[in-house]
Amino acid sequence: MKQTHILLGHGSGGRLSHELIRNLFVRYFHNHLLEPQGDAALLKMNSEKLAFTTDSFVVDPLFFPGGDIGKLAVAGTVNDLAVSGAVPKYLSTGFIIEEGFPLEMLEKVVASMAAEAQKAGVMIVTGDTKVVEKGKCDKLFINTAGVGEMIEGAENIASGKTIEVGDKILINGTVGDHGMAVMGARNQLNISAGVVSDCACLNDLTELALKETNAVKFMRDATRGGLGTVMAELCEGKTFGIQLFEEKIPVRESVRGMCELLGFDPLYVANEGKVVMVVSAIAADRILDIMKAHPLGKEAAIIGEITASHAGRTWLETSIGGSRIVDMPAGEQLPRIC
Amino acid sequence: MKYIDEYRDKEKVISISNRIRFSSKKHIRLMEVCGGHTMAIQRFGIPSLLPENIELVSGPGCPVCVTSRAYIDQAIAYSRLPDVIITTYGDLIRVPGSTSTLDRERAAGSDIRIVYSILDALMIAKKNRQKKVVFLGIGFETTSPATAAGILKAQMAGLFNFFVYSAHKIMPPPMAALIDQGVNIHGYIGPGHVSTITGSHIYDFIPEKYGMGVVISGFEPLDLLQSIYMLVLQHENETPKVEIQYSRAVKPEGNQKAKDMLEEVFELRDDWWRGLGTLHESGFAIRERFAEFDAEKMLSVEVEPTREDKGCICGTVLKGLAKPSDCKLFGKACTPSDPVGACMVSNEGACAAYYRFKRTEA
Amino acid sequence: MCLSIPAKIESIDGDMAVCSVGGATYTASLQMLDVSELSPGDYVLLHTGFALQKISQEEAEATLELFDEFEAFNEMLDEEEKRTGGHIV
Repeated sequence: MKQTHILLGHGSGGRLSHELIRNLFVRYFHNHLLEPQGDAALLKMNSEKLAFTTDSFVVDPLFFPGGDIGKLAVAGTVNDLAVSGAVPKYLSTGFIIEEGFPLEMLEKVVASMAAEAQKAGVMIVTGDTKVVEKGKCDKLFINTAGVGEMIEGAENIASGKTIEVGDKILINGTVGDHGMAVMGARNQLNISAGVVSDCACLNDLTELALKETNAVKFMRDATRGGLGTVMAELCEGKTFGIQLFEEKIPVRESVRGMCELLGFDPLYVANEGKVVMVVSAIAADRILDIMKAHPLGKEAAIIGEITASHAGRTWLETSIGGSRIVDMPAGEQLPRIC
Repeated sequence: MKYIDEYRDKEKVISISNRIRFSSKKHIRLMEVCGGHTMAIQRFGIPSLLPENIELVSGPGCPVCVTSRAYIDQAIAYSRLPDVIITTYGDLIRVPGSTSTLDRERAAGSDIRIVYSILDALMIAKKNRQKKVVFLGIGFETTSPATAAGILKAQMAGLFNFFVYSAHKIMPPPMAALIDQGVNIHGYIGPGHVSTITGSHIYDFIPEKYGMGVVISGFEPLDLLQSIYMLVLQHENETPKVEIQYSRAVKPEGNQKAKDMLEEVFELRDDWWRGLGTLHESGFAIRERFAEFDAEKMLSVEVEPTREDKGCICGTVLKGLAKPSDCKLFGKACTPSDPVGACMVSNEGACAAYYRFKRTEA
Repeated sequence: MCLSIPAKIESIDGDMAVCSVGGATYTASLQMLDVSELSPGDYVLLHTGFALQKISQEEAEATLELFDEFEAFNEMLDEEEKRTGGHIV
């Protein structure tokens, strides 16, 4: 009898577990490092300097325009490595599945992960599966951890230690797409805007930027909390300030409309395919061109600069020429009446 | 986006800012009484465009800020009943009650859902007949008609598991009370969307009794700047009156159909406002003929005694008599992520707006 | 209470209307308005799922025209500043 739903047995390590692993996970993720299915994957790295990261994914709904939890799980970890100045190589993945979860849906998620991993040039080399009783977790949670090799000279990219006044701030495209796509897909709001998540692996783009020139000083992916949070965090406690220009920040019309309707600020909405970079002023235009020539950077823009004034603070010049501070949001943005 | 972008035109903003600068000689202090205005003023950085003699002060225009802790405590008590689903606008979810917040209660297991519209709450009631769905009705005359419409719909559909817990309030009483209680302003930036419903005549008593003007303003930068300009002119020429800047949406007579709905479903009662105390006939109670949808009449619940926090001067800040930075708790014990008072929670509570946009004089 | 947004009526069905705001669409209730006075293409103010008021095109244009006066005044000030070399605003 063919299984249609996940049973507790699938997580217990016995025959059912083995079948699931063999017929689903190994089948889709197939690579020589995973095949042995040992307790650990045995890796050989070409560099002594490594980057290592982990992330867990609990998005609701599991499928949304532009992606799904699987694509997110791969891209999220790949991007954390990429923006730290590393070449992502190997991923692990852990699944926590609710009893009764449809196998068909799990297969879709796994297929999506395999496709994204292939696009990014990474291998999923080890994993784990646990099944919990119905009601003990919300359908499916995925954790991925990833290891990558540091690119020569990129040690300061994550910390931004070499940032100086006059450096320019760049982003590879429009903000707010992912957060609003997920919000729209939640279906409780009856708003449809055709917003598609920007979920994507950025390592190809970041490697291009890093290899062409030594001028990239800092990178971060603008996920939860959005662009605004990245900026506020970057300059907090530092001797420099940040000046952003609202007019230069790319936002899709449909995202803008949805945000106006709900009272959200696109500056703080989540992204899953956006990297914010700080680059030296002389190289800014060149890096912009490099990004624009890449499919994930077509709408790239220079959105601000590092300043000597208002140290520790990010200021935004608004579209009408006024000024205001960009601070870290207190919590999540919620649909409001005021 | 039409009717939005044109009112954000940078060139026009510069022109009117210059005009204001040129015309405004006397010191003038203006108060906005609408949370949406507070947000818009801060979001676009309006104060940075005005000359120093023009002072903008935030008033009690945020329905969340003026709502009592007792209301939150009772809402929390409802949420703890086993068969209740609470439906609420996002604004209320982190407002402090005496010992908890709706957010925390949700984490503890209560069924509390954020809705964009009372229509969503009605849908939830339809789909969950065995549960009691309580809708937290906050807001002024802009939002009250929606609640009235919702109650009428519930009655028509026989949705007897749907209840409204009303905290709705009306605008004119606090505007009078503020001046009576000694707030020193020269004019009001009048609430734009409240006025689309009420019309402009509800403010006529303000120039008549207090000698200061009210300009009903839209929410885009040009609207606000134009309203400020009109108030400046009134002040310079000593001609206080009620004017409508937001003419594309506000008619002097307002929206009669919506007003009729309000009249049908609600009646006025005395109500308590943070910072102002109890104001005569300033709140909406659900009429007797709709009693079966009134949470206060239909659901009995024990509510803990209300405790206001010492040190919190939300009341004074709401009146514009103190700046958020004057409060001992501001930025220390009371921050947006861990708020003590309502002014810090609401997105356009004066304290939250101040904290986000202005924390240090840069 | 204040978060209302101008939205364009795309289609009307009974007392509901599909409205759009810059590419996002929402189905709103027209319970507070006289449906006979509305048609697709009109703009209304949307608030918590209801249309509160129809936006008057003429008034909207009149408001914006006032700003042309301000711009003219501005140009006059610029001229005068250039002439006198002084700084007026």
